[in-house]
Amino acid sequence: MDAEAAKYIGAGLATLGMIGSALAVGNIFGNFLAGALRNPAAAASQVGNLFVGAALAEALGILAFVLGVLMIFG
Amino acid sequence: MAGPIEQFEVKPLVEFGTVNVPVLGEQVIAITNSHVAMTIAFVGVVGFLSLATSGAKVVPGRMQAAGESLFGMVDNLANSIIGHEGRKYFPFAFTMFLMVLSMNLLGMFLTFTATSQLAVTVTLGLIAFLTVVVVGLVKNGVGFLKLFWPAGAPLLLRPFVGLIELVSFLLRPITLALRLFGNMLGGHVALKIFAQFVVQLGAAAIVTGGLAYALIPVAALSLGMTVAMTALEFLVAFLQAFVFTVLTCIYLNDVVNLGDGH
Repeated sequence: MDAEAAKYIGAGLATLGMIGSALAVGNIFGNFLAGALRNPAAAASQVGNLFVGAALAEALGILAFVLGVLMIFG
Repeated sequence: MAGPIEQFEVKPLVEFGTVNVPVLGEQVIAITNSHVAMTIAFVGVVGFLSLATSGAKVVPGRMQAAGESLFGMVDNLANSIIGHEGRKYFPFAFTMFLMVLSMNLLGMFLTFTATSQLAVTVTLGLIAFLTVVVVGLVKNGVGFLKLFWPAGAPLLLRPFVGLIELVSFLLRPITLALRLFGNMLGGHVALKIFAQFVVQLGAAAIVTGGLAYALIPVAALSLGMTVAMTALEFLVAFLQAFVFTVLTCIYLNDVVNLGDGH
């Protein structure tokens, strides 16, 4: 296989890592909503935790994206 | 047409010639677009806060209310995460927050985003990380190493858990930097690609004519997508500055309240 072609296939495969990140972020927001609807009074105090959790989960998806970018341009 | 990645190119605007740096070799000294973007961001922050605090009243006007709500938000954050010593570290957190926020937001108005440069975000990440290390060493001395000695774990497991803690501690500046960099880079690339669809598909439809007119709705869809993503990017710009600050506070809390159990 051409090395150039393999590079693009590799970059495409690297983006698959975002699936896990998408599931994680969806899980966090879904669970937050479920919890917030059960106890709306406590929801506002947990918004900070919500975004930190989402950011931590999202960072791993971003790592996959960075890997893909590195494969094409690195 | 310029590719979606070309907006991140650092271009020299005013060149001052080259210097020979011992380790790095020949380096060009110049004022670049990155330099200009960061300077505007800095001036913007200083200007905004001076405007907000000039002629401060008991009942705040619009400007003062905006400044106060930003101030109050980060103050609240530092106090709720770090505890009663949060005030001491508030200036650092607030500086970081405003600088990242203004650089992110400026990226939406200028053609260049300073925080989409890995060099900028790594510098910010390293500043946060080194502050944590220095604060930890000054406050706890050698006791700083307790951070890597989890007292809650069984004795047999402690070295291994400690090793994992150490690795994750050393990875903090990298994840801080990559998160900000990746979010800004990814968002702007996606924005540019959708914006390109509008022009390219629209042009193809008009030039080719006939059946190609079916491309017009697709171009319109891309235009709607671009508008929606612009709104999303504003949210992301704020959110990433917020997350950067929250994480900096959490890392500071680790060393400020070391061993207090949390």
